[in-house]
Amino acid sequence: MSSITTLKYTLQLADNVLIMGQRLAAWCGKGPILEQDIALTNISLDQIGQARSLYQYAAQIINNMPAADKAHLFNAPLLQEKINNQHTITEDDLAYLRDAWDFRNCLLVEQENGDWAYTVARSFFFDRFQYLLYTALQKSSDSTLAAIAEKSLKEVQYHIKWASEWVIRLGDGTAISKEKMQQALQARWEYTGELFVMNAVEQAAMKANIGVDVSSLQQAYQQQIEAIVNEASLQMPTAAWMQTGGKNGVHTEHLGYILAEMQYLQRAYPNMEW
Amino acid sequence: MTQVSFEASFQKKIDEEIMIEPQDYMPDEYRKTLIRQISQHAHSEIVGMLPEANWITRAPSLRRKAVLLAKVQDEGGHGLYLYSAAETLGITRDQMLQQLHTGAAKYSSIFNYPTITWADMGAIGWLVDGAAIMNQVPLCRTSYGPYARAMVRVCKEESFHQRQGYEIMLTLAKGTPVQKQMAQDALNRWWAPALMMFGPLDAVSPNTAKSMEWRIKRFTNDELRQRFIDVTVEQIRILGLDLPDANIKWNEERGHYDSSELNWDEFWNVVKGNGPCNKERLATRVKAWEDGAWVREAASAYAEKRKTKKAA
Repeated sequence: MSSITTLKYTLQLADNVLIMGQRLAAWCGKGPILEQDIALTNISLDQIGQARSLYQYAAQIINNMPAADKAHLFNAPLLQEKINNQHTITEDDLAYLRDAWDFRNCLLVEQENGDWAYTVARSFFFDRFQYLLYTALQKSSDSTLAAIAEKSLKEVQYHIKWASEWVIRLGDGTAISKEKMQQALQARWEYTGELFVMNAVEQAAMKANIGVDVSSLQQAYQQQIEAIVNEASLQMPTAAWMQTGGKNGVHTEHLGYILAEMQYLQRAYPNMEW
Repeated sequence: MTQVSFEASFQKKIDEEIMIEPQDYMPDEYRKTLIRQISQHAHSEIVGMLPEANWITRAPSLRRKAVLLAKVQDEGGHGLYLYSAAETLGITRDQMLQQLHTGAAKYSSIFNYPTITWADMGAIGWLVDGAAIMNQVPLCRTSYGPYARAMVRVCKEESFHQRQGYEIMLTLAKGTPVQKQMAQDALNRWWAPALMMFGPLDAVSPNTAKSMEWRIKRFTNDELRQRFIDVTVEQIRILGLDLPDANIKWNEERGHYDSSELNWDEFWNVVKGNGPCNKERLATRVKAWEDGAWVREAASAYAEKRKTKKAA
């Protein structure tokens, strides 16, 4: 089993939760009601915590790799230079020094917060996927990933409950909320197809029994989403075309801005302890 | 009992340090003072989320991001306990928010200053939360039960906040020259506004005397401000930063540090709405509230439907 596969697979998992957590964090202080402000930032905190565990593991893999194997891991010059100079890589180097084309998060998580319905729709689609993914990942032959999945799954169970309840509440609330929720589901649905299309890293990880066959999760995903959408008395969204690219490093325009904001201090004042 | 004997028994409880509870008799003025103070305190917590939330998406490390997010979330939690405490006095959270949004209710002026560098996260945690603790610890023994109990929880969390702020400052002060400079700049900018958090001088404070008599307050503004200066000067020395006020000097006779007179003109102007961020902070709160209106309506409509279904 190649440690490069484990590294890339771990980074992909980490990128998803970091970007999702970063997006949700932007709601802090601006929620529609105080209790929900707190609930949403709880979810964000969980995701940032998951990202940290995953990046720490990824950093450890890099630090233990033979020099020849890691000479060309990333496009980002600052990070690659550190690696080549045998610096100890940290979670922050991985989060703060890579540019958008090195990130492998799905397009869904980088989409804008929009209004409450859009935020709920994005979480609803993402958290349900995470639930199925982590459930399967608990059986990974990589014991660290299996342990992170097991721990994260407990958190995700709350996340799916929160998002599903909001889909139902808005769908079955007022005429306005129903319309907004329906629109948001429709708008974000086109980013869900990518979740189940295996990229090269996922295929290699599956072959090595490290990773999950995401294509096998699609049917359960569709059924579980549909059950909630029906309960909310909403229509299942439809899409003639599904957007793809994030998992191969081809992102929407949003990610560049997310990173510009998130990474700016590390960029403006490099190589310092914070 | 006559009105007079009600009032006498109220004052007797106060004097005997027996807490006043929501169902007890209390003079209207006592109730009004508490509503004003607790709601102002709750508003400060939620408006206070904004200057720090400002830096969550830009925090320089994942650990700092998580800690800051958790911290700001705690402030929201404090807002919740305090709104609940105020509600026991016969006002709703919606009414209080209305007062905030129309400008009828105030919040702490400190949050009308901008957070412009990462070091401001350190300075706020250390100085602003530090000043808040100094103000709030005595409130754990305030005469109104629900307020006192809310403050016990608030104070526990605030001391964690102050430590995280001081730790940010310490990391910067021990870091590179530019980081130390960033820390110094933040200290210089937040020093006077933090001292102003203790309110106007006792001589001109409109609410102090009565609040002391009712044991809502236990120390005067001047006493608390002096205590804060005395403690903080030592902490600045540990950081190895310069004192932010050239007139800070130990006064042997008083047993306290002397310091410059604060710019009270600035203080009153910020209170009146002329601070650098007054308009922006309030506009952000109002926008969040208005943008959330359809969400709250949907949630109540849904809850109502559930109730009807259950009843059927």
